[in-house]
Amino acid sequence: MAVPSPDSPVRTARITRVFIYLFLLLFALFYLLPFGIMLINSVKPLSEITGGNMIALPREWTIQPWLSAWSTAQIGVQPTGLRPYFINSMMMAFPAVILSTMVGALNGYVLTKWRFRGDTIIFGLLLFSCFIPFQIVLIPMARILGILQMAGTTQGLIMVHFVYGIGFTTLYFRNYYAAFPTELVRAAQIDGAGFFQIFWRILLPSSGPIIAVSFIWQFTNIWNDFLFGASFASGGAAPMTVALNNLVNSSTGVREYNVHFAGAIMAAGPTLLVYIVAGRYFVRGLMSGSVKG
Amino acid sequence: MTMMRKLHLSVGVLALSSGMATAQEVEVLHWWTSGGEAAAVGTLRDTLAEGGITWQDMPVAGGGGSDAMTVLRARVTAGNPPTAVQMLGFSIQDWAAEGALANLDDLAAEQGWGDVVPEALQAFSTYDGSWVAAPVNVHSTNWVWANTAVMADLGLEQPESWDDFVAAMQAAQDAGLTALAHGGQAWQDATMFDSMVMGVGGPEFYQASMVDLDPDALGSDTMVEVFQRMETLRGFVDDNFSGRDWNLATAMVINGDALFQIMGDWAKGEFVAAGMTAGEEFTCFRVPGTEGTVTFNSDQFAMFNVSDASAQEAQMAMASAVLSPEFQVTFNLVKGSVPARTDIDSSDFDMCGQMGMAQLAEAAEAGGLFGSMAHGHANTPSVQNAMYDVITAHFNGEFDAETAAAEMVTAVELAQ
Amino acid sequence: MADMTGSGADFRTRLQTWLPKLVLAPSLAIMLIFVYGFIAFTIYLSFTDSRMLPSFNWVGWQNYERLFRIREWNIAMRNLAIFATLYIGISTVIGLALAIFLDQKIRAEGALRTIYLYPMALSFIVTGTAWKWFLDPAIGLQNTMQMWGWESFTFTWIKDREMAIYTVVIAAVWQSSGFVMAMFLAGLRGIDNEILRAAQIDGASNWNLYRRIILPQLRPAFLSAFVILSHLAIKSYDLVIALTGGGPGNATALPATFMYSYTFTRNQMGIGASSAVIMLLTIAAIMVPYLYAELREKK
Repeated sequence: MAVPSPDSPVRTARITRVFIYLFLLLFALFYLLPFGIMLINSVKPLSEITGGNMIALPREWTIQPWLSAWSTAQIGVQPTGLRPYFINSMMMAFPAVILSTMVGALNGYVLTKWRFRGDTIIFGLLLFSCFIPFQIVLIPMARILGILQMAGTTQGLIMVHFVYGIGFTTLYFRNYYAAFPTELVRAAQIDGAGFFQIFWRILLPSSGPIIAVSFIWQFTNIWNDFLFGASFASGGAAPMTVALNNLVNSSTGVREYNVHFAGAIMAAGPTLLVYIVAGRYFVRGLMSGSVKG
Repeated sequence: MTMMRKLHLSVGVLALSSGMATAQEVEVLHWWTSGGEAAAVGTLRDTLAEGGITWQDMPVAGGGGSDAMTVLRARVTAGNPPTAVQMLGFSIQDWAAEGALANLDDLAAEQGWGDVVPEALQAFSTYDGSWVAAPVNVHSTNWVWANTAVMADLGLEQPESWDDFVAAMQAAQDAGLTALAHGGQAWQDATMFDSMVMGVGGPEFYQASMVDLDPDALGSDTMVEVFQRMETLRGFVDDNFSGRDWNLATAMVINGDALFQIMGDWAKGEFVAAGMTAGEEFTCFRVPGTEGTVTFNSDQFAMFNVSDASAQEAQMAMASAVLSPEFQVTFNLVKGSVPARTDIDSSDFDMCGQMGMAQLAEAAEAGGLFGSMAHGHANTPSVQNAMYDVITAHFNGEFDAETAAAEMVTAVELAQ
Repeated sequence: MADMTGSGADFRTRLQTWLPKLVLAPSLAIMLIFVYGFIAFTIYLSFTDSRMLPSFNWVGWQNYERLFRIREWNIAMRNLAIFATLYIGISTVIGLALAIFLDQKIRAEGALRTIYLYPMALSFIVTGTAWKWFLDPAIGLQNTMQMWGWESFTFTWIKDREMAIYTVVIAAVWQSSGFVMAMFLAGLRGIDNEILRAAQIDGASNWNLYRRIILPQLRPAFLSAFVILSHLAIKSYDLVIALTGGGPGNATALPATFMYSYTFTRNQMGIGASSAVIMLLTIAAIMVPYLYAELREKK
């Protein structure tokens, strides 16, 4: 395969280009719409929302909903806002993402550069784990966390996310390393480099793009997870999504939609930031790994 | 099962004895997570804090408590249940049957709970004759909420019978209003259904069909008539009802776009929040046909087995605080419901609250107090949800009334 | 390959031989317990009379017999068929179209790409309400269009029993088609331009260029997209809960919502487990042939 080009050499007529731009912009609008609705309504007073059109621009702008969602809204009996849970989520997401990425990288390395009998079967077993519906693991997982004394803690939640992240990270790194020239590994071996040395000195330095993919994927999934967070860490260790759900799901109280939307945007902040900052590595990483045969 | 339970308990003992040795603490799982109701529970926390007991908050909202129940199962399986859990009706009985709940008999005897809590409520708070839960409130679900200004504009009096009620709605519809504000969610459909069962068939039929699950009653002509009334109601609901949250339906009444809403007494909070006063800008009355009876649901704190002595002490202190007249008043003023004790002075409550308390006491006296099917107080969750399926399918036009009654029989059979 | 490292079977060499397997072993052990062990547990539960908590009373095939008599389950399976087909098909087409168009030296490509990708970053707990409002005739698109003067515009799918499942498709496509776009874009960028230039010199039209040369080279991207989309389709849960709550009636129930509801809300864990087993079998029926083909090819 030759050096990848930044753009297709296919040439198009002027009229076609107009059509293409229209198409792309139309879809951009479609993608932005739900977020736009949230943003608009998060800066409106509540009376404007319940009394009128929810798509219209605010007549009166206010940042009160944002302040309230962050620091004074009622999440359970304490009026703490989302702030403490934001920190919980950070404490949970980073270790889980880093751990699963590290293990995935090592697995991918072994499965491509140190092959042995039955390695494809093992890979198949790991891969199938990506597809297990998470609802079925709740009860047995709770039991195991109880035995390990990790129920209701951030550590327990990190473990759960780590366990169910391995499949994906292994998949990404394996496909990426499969395209990495094995001759380099052989040469290093002949020079006397050990297992970890080769990984550390030769593979890891060129793994930037796939680390980005693995990081983005894992961070998004873990940050957005609700089911595990609610089941295994409710209470003091609850992550952001659980708190957000508590905020927006008042059973029989008055619903402050503007505060809900402000909170929702806050909860989405870190993942949005990751996509905006690291998004271009994402396509590059996918390009060099996961979608090639 | 018993082996598994023993395992749970032994792990629980370990967790507790290692975890909290000194400070008294209650860990409370609930779904009162936002706005006024959360603040109201906060008063309970403050009361306990005065006694030196820390409140570990564990809020899990969503699905009318069903997410909290999932979390509870994870916690019990993990071997460390919370101290107290907000619970509805049959869930309490199910957990008690698993042997997971604590015994509150000594406290109950000392404070005389048996004399002040209505018997229909005790049926849920006790298991095998022992107290296992502390009731917080009683919501009654057979209320109609109405905008008095709209009623005056249309020249309507408070309807006294089903026919009056239909005529009033017809008048509103003719005037271009939405006659009945309603949100198309299964539990809201079922809330209206409760009142129709009671209104058409009376208490005996309600008991036979909703509580005893008698197939003959479920498939009877009376049931067909109940479904026909649901169709009548459906005719007065606007086309856009599906998926609407109940409070948005209430807002329609508040804004004068709709005449009535059939909903539990939590709807009152919305009117009050909009600056309206009961008996003036809005009014409440029992769904015509159900006068003299009350269908209720009751939030309770089920107390789980904790083995540590200081934790048990804290648990008892909490149970006692929940049933104290002060908390019952403070909490229920905010929540719109009425106290679970019938011996409380009603002067702090507004018109609807006073009416609710008086009618609750009367109904309890006369045997007209029934658990609401829609809110898990008439039958088990599996049956309740099976009924939801049929009611909501019928309300959305999938079945006619006869088929719906027949489906009711099948669905209940499959769920048992 | 350890044979290559030399003659002496000293400790270091032996360690190097075993090290790769040692590194892999924990992951494998974790998978055997937390994935396959749990699957076995679920299969076992599906043959018991478990209700609120797991029980170990064997009841044979009773749960499966009941499952297929429950109307809602059949609706859920039918919905899954409709949903998965449309969702996978439309996401692939839109993703491919966006990728091909973005690949034409577009200005502000980076910004557009981020806009297409961002929905994948948000969970439906966050966007569900916004979608619900947008699709709601009284406050959303229909109302806005009518206010802008298009009086006859109607869009009431979300309130319509027959059409509601298609609104779920729209929201799901919104969420993942950007991701599919990224996969195709990556595939397109990996294609050797020399071949394309040569074909152009030979006078191939753009249409033929794509049909004959480019699309066939995207086969791996198609496969990856298919696998990722189909597993998202089968696992779809919060989407439905946030958007329709399974309604109107039960019209938008999917197997994942059915399973959760029976296991955790209705206290019929046995039936819930049996529905989970059917879901797993469905996933396996799609994934195993794919994995087999993929892994054999690469040897």
